[in-house]
Amino acid sequence: MEGLKKILIDKVLLYESDSLPAETEKILREVRHEKNDHAVIYISSGTSSIIAGSEKTGLAIKAYINENAPGAELVQVGCTGPANFEPLVCFQLPGKNKLYFRNITEEKVEPLLNGLFHNDINRDDLVGQSGGQGFEAWPGFPFIDDLPFFSFQKRVILNNCGCYDPENIEEYIARSGYRAFVKAIRNYTYEEVCNIIEISGLRGRSGGGFLTGFKWKQALNTIASSRYMICNAKESDPGAFTDRTILESDPHRLIEGIAIASYAIGASTAFVFFRQGSEHARRRLQRAIDNARDFGLIGHNIMSSGYNLDIFIRIEPGAFVCGEETALISTLEGRRGMPQLKPPYPSTFGLFGKPTVINNVETLMNVPLIMQNGPEWFRALGTEKSPGTKVFAVAGKGRMSGVIEVEMGTSIRTIVEDIADGIKEGKELKAIQLGGATGSFITSEDLDITVDFDVMKENGIGMGAGGFVIIDENTCMVDLVRYYMEFIRNESCGKCIPCREGTGRMLGIFESVVKKPLSEDSGTTLERFKGVMQLETIASVMKDTSLCGLGQMAPNPFLSALKNFREEFEEHIFDRKCRANVCRGLRTFSIDVDKCTGCTVCAAKCPVNAIYGTRLQPFFIVEEKCTGCGICFDVCKFSAVIVK
Amino acid sequence: MSIEIDLIFKKYKPGRREDLIPLLQEIQENNGYLSEDVIVKAGVYTGLSTTKIYGLATFYDQFRFIPCGKIQIKVCHGTSCFLNGSQAVINRIKEETGLQARQTSRDGLLSYDIVTCMGGCNNGPVISVNGEYYTFVKPEQIPDLIKKIRYIIEND
Repeated sequence: MEGLKKILIDKVLLYESDSLPAETEKILREVRHEKNDHAVIYISSGTSSIIAGSEKTGLAIKAYINENAPGAELVQVGCTGPANFEPLVCFQLPGKNKLYFRNITEEKVEPLLNGLFHNDINRDDLVGQSGGQGFEAWPGFPFIDDLPFFSFQKRVILNNCGCYDPENIEEYIARSGYRAFVKAIRNYTYEEVCNIIEISGLRGRSGGGFLTGFKWKQALNTIASSRYMICNAKESDPGAFTDRTILESDPHRLIEGIAIASYAIGASTAFVFFRQGSEHARRRLQRAIDNARDFGLIGHNIMSSGYNLDIFIRIEPGAFVCGEETALISTLEGRRGMPQLKPPYPSTFGLFGKPTVINNVETLMNVPLIMQNGPEWFRALGTEKSPGTKVFAVAGKGRMSGVIEVEMGTSIRTIVEDIADGIKEGKELKAIQLGGATGSFITSEDLDITVDFDVMKENGIGMGAGGFVIIDENTCMVDLVRYYMEFIRNESCGKCIPCREGTGRMLGIFESVVKKPLSEDSGTTLERFKGVMQLETIASVMKDTSLCGLGQMAPNPFLSALKNFREEFEEHIFDRKCRANVCRGLRTFSIDVDKCTGCTVCAAKCPVNAIYGTRLQPFFIVEEKCTGCGICFDVCKFSAVIVK
Repeated sequence: MSIEIDLIFKKYKPGRREDLIPLLQEIQENNGYLSEDVIVKAGVYTGLSTTKIYGLATFYDQFRFIPCGKIQIKVCHGTSCFLNGSQAVINRIKEETGLQARQTSRDGLLSYDIVTCMGGCNNGPVISVNGEYYTFVKPEQIPDLIKKIRYIIEND
C-alpha cells in the first residue's frame, strides 16, 4: 500500500500536466475497480441504506462470497440517490456493464447471487444497467441513465456518490480528486482563487444566494492576523438530508472544497460544524480527514507549498438556531448559540473577532469542480444569474425519493412529475414544502416555477437548504403547520421577544384550532376566534421585528398555507371539520350497530370511559365524553367504529 | 470521579472557553449524562462559574442531567415520518411508558427521545432502539416491542 501512496502523491497529485501518462492511468484504473477481471459487488452504505438493512445484506453477501465465489470482491459505496430502492446492490461481472438491483434484503441475497453467477437473472428486482464505460452491454436490460429518475437530473456534484468507497482516499485520488487543491496551492495566489470563484458566479446554496467569491474576497481583504473557514454542515431541518448524504458518500470532495476555500481566504484553521446524531457520517468524515492528513494533504507545509491547514470537526450540541451564522460562531466560541446583530458580518468580524467565512456543504462541493474545469464550464450550467446545479432531498409522498440534483432552471414540475414519478398510490398532489421548517408551501398551480434564486425570490419562496417534501391529499395542512410551529417554538433560542413569544402564541392558537374544546360554553370558542384573528398580525410583527432568520421566517409555513389553503383553515375554525381526517380532536366516532359484536374491547381500552354497553350487545359512544383519541378505532377487529 | 473523566479533562487545555462544549460532549459520550460533580469541575477547569456552565448546557438539547435508561428509544419526528404518522407512535410510547420525552423511568431501564430526521425518510415512521433501527413502525407494535426489549435486558 505504501507503494501506491507514493505513486499517487508523486505521479498523480504532483504531476505537472493535466493528462497523465498511460502507465499511471493503468494503475488508476485498477484502483477504480475498472480493470474488470473479477466480479465486483457494490453495496450502498449510507444512513438510509443502513436503516433499510444494508448492513445485514452486506454480511450475507460476504458469507456468500466466502462460500461460493472466492474471486469476487465486495465494495461499500455511498448513496446513489433513490432512497426507496435501498438497500441498493450493484453487480459487475468481468467485461460486462454494472447491474443495479433494488431492495436487496438479507434473504434475497442468495437467490440473487445464485442467479447472477449462473446467468439466470431475476428481473423483478432489476433497476437497470449502467453504460458509458465501454463494457459489454446486457441485451434487453434498460440503462439506468434512461430512467426518469436519472435522466432528468444533472449529477455534477453528486457524480461520485455511489461510485466509490468513501473510506478509501486512494480511489478518490484516482478519480482525479485533490488535484484541483494541489494545483491551487502550487500555482495560484489567494486572490486568483477568489477571482476564479467570483467569475464562476457561484452563489451560496444555503438560501441567501450570496456570491461566494465576493464573500471570500471580503474576508481576504480584511487585515487580520488569522482567518477562519467554517463549513456549515448543520442541517437539522426536519426532512432535509442532502448534507448528510453528501458527507457519507463523498467526504473527500468536501474536504478538498474546504481546503481550497481555506487557502483562498488565507485561513490555516477550518472547522466542520456538524449536526449531532449522524454518527455514521461523522465517523466517515473523521476518517477522511485522517486519511488526507496521512497523505500530506492537510497539515504542515502541504505538498511543499508552504501552506498549513488543519481541519477540525465540531459537533453542534443540539440547537436549531445554531445554523444561523452568528449563532454558530457563538457556539464555536463556547457560548450559548444565540444570534447577534449584523453587521458586522462574519466575513469581517467573526470567530474570535477574526474574519471568518461560513459556507454550506453544497457550496463547497462545487469549488473543486470549478477549479478543475474552469469558471466558464460552471457558468455554462444553469441559468445566467444562478449558474450551476441544486441538490434537493426529495421526501414525503412521492413514488421515488432520495437525494437528487437538477440544473438551475429546471421547473418544479419536472422534479415532482418526472424525477419523483408522481404521488404514491395515485393520490393527488396537494402541496410541496420547500426549504425545511421555515420554508413555504407551493401548490400544484405554481409547479412551473423554476429552480433559480431570483425566480424563487420573486415568487416569495425561499430555496432553503434543499428540503423538498411532497404532500398528498391525505395530509391536513393545519396540522402540518402546527407541527412546523411546534418545532420552531421548541427551537427558538429565546433571545428576542417577537420570536420567543410569537411562536408560543401561534402554536397555542393552532392547538386550540385542532383540538376539541373541553366545553363549548366556557369561552373557549371566543378565545379561538380572537386568536385566529390575531394570527396574521402576529406573523407580520414577527417577520418585521425578529433578530435573526429563524424568527423572521418562522411564520412562512403559516402564511403560505393560509394563502393557498384558506378554506381548509376556515373549515377547521368554523365548521370544526378536518377534511383529511387527521386532526384527532375534530373527529367524531360512532359504532355501527350491525357490525358490533359486543366484544367489549373498545370499552375496556377507552381512556375516558366514553363507551357503554352490555356484553354481546352493540355498544355506543357518548359523544360528550369522547376525546377523539381513536383508540377504539384502532382496536376494533370488526371495523365497527366509524370516523366522521 | 472516575479516572476516565480525569483523562478526558487532561486532553483539553485549562482556561479555554472554546473547548468547553467539546469537553462536555466527550464526558457525556462517556458517562451518558453530566453529573453535578462534572459541571463543578468543568467550571474550575475552564475558569467559569458553575451557573454559567449550567446556563450553557441547558441551552442545548444534547446535554442531559439525569442518566439515560438502559433501553434508549429514539423516535424520528421529521417531516416525512410525521406525514407517515410518527405522532401516533410517540403518543403510544408516552402512554405505554408513562414518560415524557427525555425522562428516564424510575427503574433506570427506559428512556426515549424525539429527534428530527434520522435519514430513513422512505421507511417512516422510524425508531431506533439502542442503535438498532425499526422501520414502518405502527403504534400497536410498540407495547410488544418494549416488552420484548425489556425482557432481553432484564435477562442479560
